[in-house]
Amino acid sequence: MKSETLIKIENIIVQRGGATVLDISEFHVQSGSIMALIGPNGAGKSTLLLTLAGLLRPQRGQIYFQGQSVDTHAGRTILRRNAAVVFQEPLLLSSSVYDNIALGLKFRRLRHDDIRKNVQEALDYFGISSLAKRSAKTLSGGEAKRVSLARAFAIKPRLILLDEAFNSLDPPTRETLIEDLRHILEETKITAVLALHDREETLRLAQDVAVMSGGKIIQSGTTSQIFNQPDSEFVANFVGTETILEGTVKRSNAGLMEISVAGKNIEAVGDFLPGQNVYCCLRPENIIVSKKIPEKISARNVFEAKVQKIIRHGFFYKLMLDCGFTLVAYITMPSCEDLGICEGSTIAASFKATAVHVMRRE
Amino acid sequence: MELIVQGIKKAFELIVSFDPEVMGITWLSLKVSGTATLISLFIGVSIGTAVALTNFRGKRLVISLINTGMGLPPVVVGLFVTIMIWRNGPLGFMEILYTPYAMIIAQAIIATPIVMGISLVAIQNLPPNLRLQILSLGASRSQMVWVLIKEARLPLLAAVMAGFGGVISEVGASIMVGGNIKGYSRVLTTATVMETGKGNFDVAIALGIILLLLAFLVNFLLTQIQQRQHPR
Repeated sequence: MKSETLIKIENIIVQRGGATVLDISEFHVQSGSIMALIGPNGAGKSTLLLTLAGLLRPQRGQIYFQGQSVDTHAGRTILRRNAAVVFQEPLLLSSSVYDNIALGLKFRRLRHDDIRKNVQEALDYFGISSLAKRSAKTLSGGEAKRVSLARAFAIKPRLILLDEAFNSLDPPTRETLIEDLRHILEETKITAVLALHDREETLRLAQDVAVMSGGKIIQSGTTSQIFNQPDSEFVANFVGTETILEGTVKRSNAGLMEISVAGKNIEAVGDFLPGQNVYCCLRPENIIVSKKIPEKISARNVFEAKVQKIIRHGFFYKLMLDCGFTLVAYITMPSCEDLGICEGSTIAASFKATAVHVMRRE
Repeated sequence: MELIVQGIKKAFELIVSFDPEVMGITWLSLKVSGTATLISLFIGVSIGTAVALTNFRGKRLVISLINTGMGLPPVVVGLFVTIMIWRNGPLGFMEILYTPYAMIIAQAIIATPIVMGISLVAIQNLPPNLRLQILSLGASRSQMVWVLIKEARLPLLAAVMAGFGGVISEVGASIMVGGNIKGYSRVLTTATVMETGKGNFDVAIALGIILLLLAFLVNFLLTQIQQRQHPR
């Protein structure tokens, strides 16, 4: 199935104070897809979002929304009415939650009944019906974020643009919000562009990724392309600080799973059913490196590994290990010398079953 | 001491008996200053908001001028308005010197920069992305401005209070352009000045108390609106 392009930009230049902050020759988003923009701070993610929303007029370049140029006033209005931005800060007005969510619908002068229906739907989507009558200024950070998302979804936009939506939320709040947002995007099929800076968030939410740096898109493609075949060192460094392995659950029993990864078995904690395709994520600091395979060890996963590459990383060395799959580990400089590790040597790598983060892979 | 006790007694008599002259003076004060505040509200909030929301060359100069205007001495305004509406002045044909209209104009000139300056800061203090957020939800430009003004309502009401407080207590301009004509352009402040000059401290104290009460009541009402709780 080939889906149509919802929005496309060409040869866009945005300058601020004489400096070029955005310089993109071509970028497009397919209808119904979820695209992540990742990159360091100041890479131009927010500027690109504002440009896509029609809120920022580039100095040069073309924007096409549903195949039509956004150059005219009418075209820009169509884009603005069909795109909704959710900023980092919730930016709620000091009125009730209900009135905040109704805001965009009131701008469109919808009938009273329709406003109520749409607001209720948005409240339900984000599980905040009980907050409807509350004053928006009395909400917690997570609640406020949900209200600001609900406000954007209530206008039923074709395109939703989220700027660092999960920043400054505590981990459990973030966790449930990501999961809810994933469901809502799946259900509503609204095209979304999300500025993210977390690799895990990206994998959980997006199908496509564009990596940005210095106002440019330096690589774009599917998540798997970007994470598995980064085409530059920058992208590799930006996305490659963790190990993410594709695998399939073989056995699952009482919270412990056996996952097949590149012909090897990894034990991990979780309860996905056998046959489920998953990602196994490992943080480099959880990988223990030793000279020989230890005889007594509590870690359930022990592999013989060949050191492919040693990269200096602050006070650490980053080791790229080949255990049949690629594993990234950190080691302090003294222990590296003690163990006499150099490129090409064979060592042992181990990690606990609890250190493996398992994610569903569609 | 005697003087003060006497004054307070007289004041209560005048207030309780609804003395027609005192009531007339009070009513005119309220009308003149209220109208002037309303005018300053329209001009001040619109220009203040416009300056806050647009970027142009010399914006800082304009803001400095507005801030200077917040401390405009009433006598200078009185002098300026008098010259303008003097029989041979540029606006002399209007024939409004020594009328309540002239007082309204003078007081509006005093209150406008106060309201404008506070509105400007109020709108500037809103989160910078709020404008974009409102626009991205599909607002037209006028809808956006209206939402911003509503969002800044607390400091804007403070602007109204400051403007009203500035003109109800003002005497220099009122006496110059209004002339303190009995039963026509006499207001609480100008009457207080005159009665004090004549040595009628009792009447002067009565007028002073009424002035304070009036200022309190208006501010009390505005504070009620400002601090009204939102649904929880």
